Amino acid sequence: MLGKSRARHPDTTVILKEAARRLDPPTRRLFLRNAMGLGTLTLLGGCDVVDGLSAERMLGKVSDFNDRVQAWLFDPARLAREYPEAAITRPFPFNAFYAEENAPNVDPATFRLDVTGRVDDDRPWTLDRLYALPRFTQITRHICIEGWSAVGKWTGPRFSDFLARIGADTRARYVTFRCDDNYVTSLDMASALHPQTQLAFFFDDEVLPRKYGFPMKLRVPTKLGFKNPKHIGEIEVGDDFTGGYWETYGYNWFSGL
Amino acid sequence: MASSGSYAAAVGATRGGARRVIHPLLVRLTHWVNAAAILVMIGSGLEIHNAYPTLPFVVPKVVTLGGWLGGALQWHFAAMWVLVANGLVYFSYGVVSGRFARKLWPISLREAARDAVAAARGRLSHADPTLYNAAQKLLYSGVILAGFVVVLSGLAIWKPVQLQVLGLLFGDFDEARLVHFWAMAVILGFLVLHVGMALAFPRSLVAMIRGR
Repeated sequence: MLGKSRARHPDTTVILKEAARRLDPPTRRLFLRNAMGLGTLTLLGGCDVVDGLSAERMLGKVSDFNDRVQAWLFDPARLAREYPEAAITRPFPFNAFYAEENAPNVDPATFRLDVTGRVDDDRPWTLDRLYALPRFTQITRHICIEGWSAVGKWTGPRFSDFLARIGADTRARYVTFRCDDNYVTSLDMASALHPQTQLAFFFDDEVLPRKYGFPMKLRVPTKLGFKNPKHIGEIEVGDDFTGGYWETYGYNWFSGL
Repeated sequence: MASSGSYAAAVGATRGGARRVIHPLLVRLTHWVNAAAILVMIGSGLEIHNAYPTLPFVVPKVVTLGGWLGGALQWHFAAMWVLVANGLVYFSYGVVSGRFARKLWPISLREAARDAVAAARGRLSHADPTLYNAAQKLLYSGVILAGFVVVLSGLAIWKPVQLQVLGLLFGDFDEARLVHFWAMAVILGFLVLHVGMALAFPRSLVAMIRGR
């Protein structure tokens, strides 16, 4: 059962701290080989103009700086544009770090959503309880970091309402999402509380299909697509920076739109 | 390098002659910072393009920067600060000092076409290097305009929610992305021509380094 992979290991804190570090050594070597475009730099006459490691460190620092700039630019009241039904992109693209047939098969009968960290009520949620929450529908543009975009229709509760129901401490800095496809990402609390941030259970008036994240996806129209985790199995509220899957490889953490 | 005498003559700085500064220090500095920043922006931008090609081709890795989408985005979102900050210094100086009005105005399309033809035939006079011919005026003004378009469209696709009004100016996200690409293409076209001309007339290249 996939839910098992979310069980807390005693070393979880240490592991998380490790994962939050920018890059492990093998990935770093890969990054240096691929990401620095050394071929381009050697054009500058063979001298070591930009040392790979210090360039990576510099770019990482600028990315952190860009996180702060974007947090400052983020207006909690500014809404992403809503589109008419006619603008919906059909078929809506599938995108993940695995092929479509490898998307997890979650059993709705045994599914439990775990709620952890700084919350008053950490009882796991069944799908029936989740489906009973008041919903709203949004037709918004999903923008992928790769550059494509598509308009989709999502339905589900406002995430801020869900946070209120579990008694989340909204003074905490981050909300982390751990997923049944082993994906992880985290959001700043301000974006988590945005009125369009939604726990989506339905897509285009149907139960969210497996390829789009059954049983639930976080729809965040104010962030790039990879900050919209699918197949969510655990939601944690806390102050520890947890980063995320793509963020570890160098995607900007805030990635606000 | 040739003897200092002929070198000085070549750059129009003969002893006792007019030691006119063609490009003040600030212009030279911002020119070269801009050159570095725009190369990083274009190189990384082409790698970003490759992640989801806007136009049906993939740019060869030898001319892109960043190696993959994540690396390219890091370069792009770092160099953007240099490009914009430097560009603002250059542009403000050009307006306030009167350099733009003096050197780039007036612009005549007819004269620009005439000068371009003359230049292609190698018959354009370069007697006074402090003056731009009509073709140069059009090209330099045009690339400054393209610079504004590339930055504004870039902001529109970086922050399509926070800077929604800017996005509407271009249509929507996908259109702004296309505008961003074409503005880059205009700048790249300018760059090819500009570097070619600078190499054909090395005196102009020296002037952008030494000022005279």
